[in-house]
Amino acid sequence: MAKDVWVVAEQRAGEIKKITFEVLTEARRLADQLGEQMCAVLLGSGIGGLANTLAHYGANKVFVADDPNLEKYTADAYTPIVADLVKTHEPSILLMGATSQSKDLSSKLAAKLDIGLANDCVEFNLQDGVLVAKRPVYGMKAFLEVVCETRPQMATCRPGVFKAAPPDESKTAEVVNVDVKLDPAALKTKVLDMTLTGKMDVTEADIIVSGGMGMGTPRVEGFSKDKPAENFYILENLAELLGGTTGCTRLVADAGWRPGSEHIGLTGKQVAPTLYIACGISGAIQHLAGIAASKYVAAVNIDPEAPIFKRADWGIVGDLFKVVPALTEEVKKVKG
Amino acid sequence: MEIVVCAKQVPDTESFIKVGPDGKSIDTTGIKWVLNFFDESGVEEALRIKEKVGGTITVLSVGPQRTVEALRQGMAMGADKSILVDDPTAEGSDPAGIAKILAAVIKGIPHDIIFCGFRTTDDESSQVGLMLAEQLGIPHLPPAIKLEISGDQKAVKVESGVEGGMLTLEAPLPAVITVGRGLNEPRMASLPGIMKAKKKPIDTKKLADLGIDPATVGAAAAKVKIQNMTLPPERKAGQIIEGASVQEKAAKLAQLFKEEVKIL
Ligand SMILES: Cc1cc2nc3c(=O)[nH]c(=O)nc-3n(C[C@H](O)[C@H](O)[C@H](O)COP(=O)(O)OP(=O)(O)OC[C@H]3O[C@@H](n4cnc5c(N)ncnc54)[C@H](O)[C@@H]3O)c2cc1C
Ligand SMILES: Nc1ncnc2c1ncn2[C@@H]1O[C@H](COP(=O)(O)O)[C@@H](O)[C@H]1O
Repeated sequence: MAKDVWVVAEQRAGEIKKITFEVLTEARRLADQLGEQMCAVLLGSGIGGLANTLAHYGANKVFVADDPNLEKYTADAYTPIVADLVKTHEPSILLMGATSQSKDLSSKLAAKLDIGLANDCVEFNLQDGVLVAKRPVYGMKAFLEVVCETRPQMATCRPGVFKAAPPDESKTAEVVNVDVKLDPAALKTKVLDMTLTGKMDVTEADIIVSGGMGMGTPRVEGFSKDKPAENFYILENLAELLGGTTGCTRLVADAGWRPGSEHIGLTGKQVAPTLYIACGISGAIQHLAGIAASKYVAAVNIDPEAPIFKRADWGIVGDLFKVVPALTEEVKKVKG
Repeated sequence: MEIVVCAKQVPDTESFIKVGPDGKSIDTTGIKWVLNFFDESGVEEALRIKEKVGGTITVLSVGPQRTVEALRQGMAMGADKSILVDDPTAEGSDPAGIAKILAAVIKGIPHDIIFCGFRTTDDESSQVGLMLAEQLGIPHLPPAIKLEISGDQKAVKVESGVEGGMLTLEAPLPAVITVGRGLNEPRMASLPGIMKAKKKPIDTKKLADLGIDPATVGAAAAKVKIQNMTLPPERKAGQIIEGASVQEKAAKLAQLFKEEVKIL
């Protein structure tokens, strides 16, 4: 019978992604409730040393598939390996992060293994040992509670929603090396290039300072009317001070003021930071769809009627070109 | 180039969402239906490829009769024809079921490129395109923000974002390409376009025409079962921070970051 909770870990350039710690923590909770083991699967090249880290977050067993062909993720290479492991060991639950890589992998696994998948989950409960997954639909305007009828019950976890427990370095795991046999002919999709920006992604950030079209019409001396992109340094300064990153609305990304990777909303990234600071953002429903899972929202807008104030926990009505620099100064003071 | 754009009709993103009588889906009264954003972008990309290298664009959808309107929109933008799988048995299919139906149609028609949206703005399952590729046994390219067909028209190269970086990938055609954010700015349908679309063919099919066993799709066959649909809890109104000066307001907010958010 299917048993145990599994996690497909995610690493890039030899570093475990933050989302993996979040998923491991949730998987550990579920495994404890079920009285089962929690196992992790790790794929990559030269990554064996990372198995310990997964143990620190609660994995009892780590399957390591280490092969030069696995250095960069491709569905063609990763899917059959995970599928074979699943077929051999029959886990009851299979979790991973709702990241670009793992959403790709999970859908391919679902098709290959003929099993169900619930993407972007924000909550899990066990009912008589069955996993009930909660996932947002219609741009966070509603939630579905769903059950996977097939085994393993597969789901991806929205980044930022499940908080990672602190690692326990005294914990160890049994490491199982997986024999990797790849058929080069099956590797059709090739990764030609991977460039890492080194910038924290909005889905991984605990704090996001985000800018809207209000960034483009400074009424205060010293800011650029013609090159709105240059004004964003005030958001970057505040984000850096708070240890977070910057985000933006779709209009801002479409205007090319910020890279598309920062676009938050229904058609962009859906984030779940502890604090979201919206500056010069009106609060359109499609933008709110991306930030609904934020714990706290603060907004700065010159228009007291702006809809963002209905979603925000705290609002300052005022010119962001005055408020954001002042806020940065005050944060510095509080930090001491 | 034979291009198929998979397209779904979804509620307008401004729609007010209420739970329907079954407690598992939305109340569709008064809903305005539109073409899913990413699928509109798929049509646009198909048009750009056609403008460059020539070809035929087919818009393909699984949905009830009202879906004709979304197909007409795709054809008004410039797509050549449409296929609609309208069968009550298909209703309530999960992504695997939809992918299965789409695959059955696509197997029967010429195809070099298949566009699917990154996700629908209703179910937000972001699975159908990937499952479709797996079912067709052809490569899949992740959410493309830039796309280039090779000179010999035998391969496609895309750029796709990953958390904290960017990938460039290449795959031989035929392939399923997922449409990512900002790939293009979809054109508005012109008036002559709208007129022409009225005369363009829509081929309506039933599951039986596709040789699909009705027991393998639809709500009953779904591997992911919906237990219930709920609405998020009502939020209490936020607080506007008052103060005599910008500094005072900013200081109060910084204090809240320390005491409430506990980040400082
Ligand atoms: C299908 C569809 C999908 C969409 N998806 C997304 C999505 O994923 N993400 C997204 O963001 N949008 C999305 N949109 C667009 C969305 O509807 C809004 O148009 C967009 O979010 C507005 O962006 P904004 O708040 O930056 O700009 P605006 O709505 O123009 O708001 C600018 C705000 O700045 C304020 N302001 C101006 N100057 C100042 C100043 N000096 N100081 C302080 N405040 C100032 C103004 O009062 C105003 O409230 C989508 C739309 C559609 C139809
Ligand atoms: N009923 C459908 N008919 C045609 N294409 C669909 C349908 N449902 C989903 N798709 C395609 O699959 C993409 C992703 O959908 P989803 O997996 O539901 O988020 C959509 O953008 C469409 O391209």
